[in-house]
Amino acid sequence: MQQQTAYETPYLEAFDAFQGGHASGDPAFIQAHRREAIERFGAQGFPTARRGNEAWKYTDVGPLARIPFQLPDPSRGALVKQGQLKTASFGSGEWPKLVFVDGTYSEELSNLPRSRNGVTICNLAEAMTRRPEVVEQHLGRLASQEENGFTALNAAFVHDGAFVHVSKDYAAEHPVLIINLSSGKHPDSVSHPRALIVAEEGAGATVVEMHASLKGSRYFTNAVTEVVVTPGATVRHYRVQRQSPHAYHIATIKAEVGRDATFDSAAVDMGASLARNNLGVTMAGEEGHAALNGLYLVGDAQHVDNEVVIDHAAPNTSSRELYKGILDGKSRSVFHGSIIVRKDAQKVNASQADKNLLLSEQAEADTKPAFWIYADDVKCGHGAANGQLDENALFYLQARGIDRASARTMLVRAFAREIVQLIDLAPLRDYVDRQVIKVIPQLQSGAA
Amino acid sequence: MATPEVISRETGLGDSGYKYGFVTDVESEVIPPGLNEDVIRLISEKKNEPEFMLEWRLRAYRHFLTLVEQEQVPQWANVDYPPIDFQKIVYYAAPKPKVTLKSLDEVDPELLATYEKLGISLEEQKRLAGVAVDAVFDSVSIVTTFKEELAKHGVIFCSFSEAVQNYPDLVKKYLGSVVPYADNFYAALNSAVFSDGSFCYIPKGVRCPYELTTYFRINYAESGQFERTLIVADEGSYVSYLEGCSAPQRDNNQLHAAVVELVAHDNAEIKYSTIQNWYPGDEEGKGGIYNFVTKRGRCQGVNSKISWTQVETGAAITWKYPSVLLQGDNSIGEFYSVALTKGYQQADTGTKMVHMGKNTRSTIISKGISAGHGSNTYRGLVRVNSRADNARNFTQCDSLLIGDQCSAHTTPYVEVRNSSAHLEHEAYTSRVSEDQLFYCNQRGMSTEEANALIINGFCKEVFRQLPLEFAVEATRLMELNLEGAVG
Repeated sequence: MQQQTAYETPYLEAFDAFQGGHASGDPAFIQAHRREAIERFGAQGFPTARRGNEAWKYTDVGPLARIPFQLPDPSRGALVKQGQLKTASFGSGEWPKLVFVDGTYSEELSNLPRSRNGVTICNLAEAMTRRPEVVEQHLGRLASQEENGFTALNAAFVHDGAFVHVSKDYAAEHPVLIINLSSGKHPDSVSHPRALIVAEEGAGATVVEMHASLKGSRYFTNAVTEVVVTPGATVRHYRVQRQSPHAYHIATIKAEVGRDATFDSAAVDMGASLARNNLGVTMAGEEGHAALNGLYLVGDAQHVDNEVVIDHAAPNTSSRELYKGILDGKSRSVFHGSIIVRKDAQKVNASQADKNLLLSEQAEADTKPAFWIYADDVKCGHGAANGQLDENALFYLQARGIDRASARTMLVRAFAREIVQLIDLAPLRDYVDRQVIKVIPQLQSGAA
Repeated sequence: MATPEVISRETGLGDSGYKYGFVTDVESEVIPPGLNEDVIRLISEKKNEPEFMLEWRLRAYRHFLTLVEQEQVPQWANVDYPPIDFQKIVYYAAPKPKVTLKSLDEVDPELLATYEKLGISLEEQKRLAGVAVDAVFDSVSIVTTFKEELAKHGVIFCSFSEAVQNYPDLVKKYLGSVVPYADNFYAALNSAVFSDGSFCYIPKGVRCPYELTTYFRINYAESGQFERTLIVADEGSYVSYLEGCSAPQRDNNQLHAAVVELVAHDNAEIKYSTIQNWYPGDEEGKGGIYNFVTKRGRCQGVNSKISWTQVETGAAITWKYPSVLLQGDNSIGEFYSVALTKGYQQADTGTKMVHMGKNTRSTIISKGISAGHGSNTYRGLVRVNSRADNARNFTQCDSLLIGDQCSAHTTPYVEVRNSSAHLEHEAYTSRVSEDQLFYCNQRGMSTEEANALIINGFCKEVFRQLPLEFAVEATRLMELNLEGAVG
């Protein structure tokens, strides 16, 4: 552990300048929260000790920890034009949009309608003054600093971010787009995107989080999202990660699902050299339901790790979880799912599956679907499957005059489709489908 | 096999108590508690071992010491117990022999009676035809039956101590070749202090005419049992082996840290079955055996096959992962398991299937049953290495929960490094369904009978892998163990 403290030093040093610099005007509770977090990060460090460290068994964050990533110099603001957003954007121009460039909120690129109908959409810095009570109540509550070094690090640098709040019994009219863009103008820079989504009783919201880059440079994104789904509320949360192939992407998403509430989530990972998502959902009230879907397409030497924990803390709750992966090149995927059923959380119904399609001899898929069950009247099932493209299906298509490459694309697209069609937002569904078609030939470039 | 008359209430136990909990009053030769190099030298000396054995033990012991210093006691299993004081354990306890044994007639009648009571008759004429037994009492093997018959076929089946004396070359060649002493904490401890166990060698092309059986019994109060079993099936041979175990009922926890190594050469098959019924502790969770066992088989040759079947009903804590290394092309690994935890029992058990050769196949069927305050964890690994083309695995691990105080956990690991691998994993956890119970009740069965029927059905896939007479015993054992736990 001694030697590791060196990895943390650049961040500890940057903290003082940050806290005393442009973030010094933040409310006192945020400042205190940050100080606590940096101390915790200093004590905890990056989770690089792999032996016996079950949560990071298959993912070595050593390469990330060894690079001293710096906060981008705010005075050298990156100029990104509206037109450059195109690749990371989709849907209607009416949709509210919060855009962050290298972690900094961009008012020019964002599109915020007047706050109305009980819906507040703004950047977190503004929310600290507009809705301080909501921020203070929820920020850092679900994504605990104690979780791991990354959440503590994000909390230490929390200053701005996305804020979506829907009041009781209101429904957000349009989906909300949160775009985190890396300009590539600050090499080896780090950003700590943060999002807080709160749906009050009976409210409804759809939020799409996009992580994209303009250039193929090396940087580190350390994102934290908290989603509060109070009783009777419905939140759809979609996440698309298309980072640069040299980027490091760590994301923590924590959701709490109350009584009669629904949380629907889909995550699509295509980019980054190393991506790790920690998705944690607590089923806190009876009759709550969560659907968690994921799709990852990786090639070359990409590494993608999805840790998904569903904690059924209340009886009569249900969850459904389906992750699918397409792997090529020397890529590696990790799926680490846990279903916990607490004592007395009777009548829980939970299912979990991870399926991988390996397109290359060198790819590796590691799957660990786990149950921790402390109640007896439950129905929990999980499945995992790994395989390659069906030669018979390929032959069948070729016999019908379709060339081999197109046949492969067709089959891979069909494999991904099971997840794509679960996205309950048509423009996003089409966008993801297009991206899948685009990325398949790239994945296969190295294949025979 | 075991009929209720053999082990009856004469043991002075309650209705649903552990029926093997009696103590045999024999004079024992004991090395005082504690662990150091002298104890290891003494064990080795008592067994009149050749130099290589002592050296191996000492290497293992030194490795064990470094693990202790580095505090490498395994913590990852989902079981909870206070730290074990390795200095308080007796590492060698043997019933004092009156004379050197030449035949069964000279075995201490007390010991014979003990095995009789356990339902394991050592008198050949009384045995079921076709079963040979090696009886291990505390640290030593008492007697091995049918030795001569087996010798006619060239099969070597004897205690480990005898094997070291009579077949040192075989022992030297295979000992530690599947489970090296540095494999894990308890394997290191076992390698340093193991006292006896069974050794079995099936020569080329021989189909072993008997089911081979070892019965392990812990009797002495403070002793741990550290046995080692080594089975080698040479080219084209076949053997079916079964082990059983029990211990007296005591308030303190006793450690059982065994190592089992299997080697299957080209076209050979080993079928290894276990009925584990160590003392599980009382209703309050006091006492019981800590069953920390390393079992691993290597399918070294082409077309070889190793099959593990286990019925785990006893022990306070079970920590055991019978594994198969599928090295030879076309080799097959199987794991069938029923693990029952009731009272305050804890089990963290499963398997590892490591696919290394081409066209290797593995099947895992695991059935966990939790009742009372029991905690049951399935932990398994299926790994397909990059050169293991066309590997196949099917895994099914189901859990049944009885009562709202117990818990069931499933933590499978699947690691695939070859695109031609085909893997399927399924797991399901639930309780006995009300519909099933209702259906049985409606047909005139009591709820208890219905539960027994349903649970037996749940276990059937595993039980039918057992040799016939043991399958009958396993079914009975399950019923006895579940008495009062369901309904």
